[in-house]
Amino acid sequence: MPAEERTLLTKAQMAAGVSALAEEICKANQGAGTIALAGIFTRGVPLAQRIAAEISKKSDLQVLVGTIDITQYRDDLDTFQMVPKLEGSDIPFDIDGLTVVLCDEVIFTGRSVRAALDELLNFGRPQRVQLATLVDRSGRELPVQPDFTALKITLAPGERVAVCFEEVDGHDSCTVQTQPPAR
Amino acid sequence: MTPRKDLLDIASLTDEEIAFVLDNAVPFKELFKRSVKKVPTLKGRTMLTLFYEPSTRTRSSFEVAASRLSADVTHFDIESSSVVKGESVLDTVETLEAMRVDYIIVRHKQAGIPGLIGRNTRASVINAGDGWHAHPTQALLDAFTLREIHKDLRGCRALIVGDIQHSRVARSTSLIFRRLGMSVAYLAPGSMMPREAPPEIPQFGNWRDAFDWRPDVVYLLRVQGERIDEPFVPSAAEYHRNYGLTDQRVEILRERGLHLMHPGPVNRGVEITDAGMNYEKCLINQQVENGIAVRMSVLYWLRPGAAE
Repeated sequence: MPAEERTLLTKAQMAAGVSALAEEICKANQGAGTIALAGIFTRGVPLAQRIAAEISKKSDLQVLVGTIDITQYRDDLDTFQMVPKLEGSDIPFDIDGLTVVLCDEVIFTGRSVRAALDELLNFGRPQRVQLATLVDRSGRELPVQPDFTALKITLAPGERVAVCFEEVDGHDSCTVQTQPPAR
Repeated sequence: MTPRKDLLDIASLTDEEIAFVLDNAVPFKELFKRSVKKVPTLKGRTMLTLFYEPSTRTRSSFEVAASRLSADVTHFDIESSSVVKGESVLDTVETLEAMRVDYIIVRHKQAGIPGLIGRNTRASVINAGDGWHAHPTQALLDAFTLREIHKDLRGCRALIVGDIQHSRVARSTSLIFRRLGMSVAYLAPGSMMPREAPPEIPQFGNWRDAFDWRPDVVYLLRVQGERIDEPFVPSAAEYHRNYGLTDQRVEILRERGLHLMHPGPVNRGVEITDAGMNYEKCLINQQVENGIAVRMSVLYWLRPGAAE
């Protein structure tokens, strides 16, 4: 386990963050009729599902939910000690002409989002793609910025944001760890 | 999963590695339904096919698989190369090493050559058939194809029919089926029955006994033209009558709901007929399609230069 870990968002703050993201997405897509959320594996998936549930509560937008597995698009697979198991993307609807919101729990370098865009665009030609993240942390290596974010924070390069969702990890938490665990 | 450098046979794979390759082939197959069937996973890598024996299907399958992973594909043309002038396999490998290819797909009539090449190059080597020894990607695609039908292969029964003794496909496919918990039986003329088969594999000399064993799937092997002659079988017609899947035997498959597999290419009128090819539970086309997905999964898993 890492030497140091401090809480960034409490469970309640995470829930409020998801709710705020849903609110912003609704506002930005008023009159769209239908909106699609695509969660990036692993933890973008529960984030997308939670945002979708909130949007359904708040508005009469029709929400579609899919998943994006970016493993096949990674440019750093060679540096992995282990070859990752593939989940496969699942976009069970036609994205042509839709607004698609990519969802990821943290944006750091921007490389995952770049990979997710490449994968998403192989399914069709959405009218517009937006990006929602729970945490926007500093350290971008590509010119990619979220349209919606719950928390924006500046961190040192060695620090790592760890978000856990009950659906994946058995509990909700959002912390900063000072030493990234070896992959 | 820890990456491996080479894929030489099924015997050297762990159960976890077999499951990993088969599971990952599922999302690769999903790509085939899209308009863009390609992902950039192996962008900038080069795969070379080195076939000392003729093949069109396996070679194209590897080439399509590599293309869909965005690798560059090239072929070392044996017929027109210095190999016919007597260059040794290892001299050829040294040349390929200098070209810095990342994956070498090898077929050779002599067992063990892909392993020899693998030990002498940094590139990942995949055995695409060596003598009577092994054809691991064929076995993986067969298992994958059957797994699409029976979610859990444990207890499933496969009858393999044909020239078992001289077939690397029979060897590798029997092995993977049994590793996945299936039962395997052989049906072949005595001259084509393997001399060293595990005692758990029943050996039948006629279809009636083989059908009584109650298989779930019948796996026909291609009868090699050069074996239709003494001492193996007297004639194609006689082979067909005694061991081929005649039209009447297709009816038995249909009555019992059995699936039919064949690694291709088929000899119509010898081991199979039009009725077998058109049989609704014939999986030959699925085997071909799945071959691409499984080979993509293997290429994805192997890593050139990985420690063995």
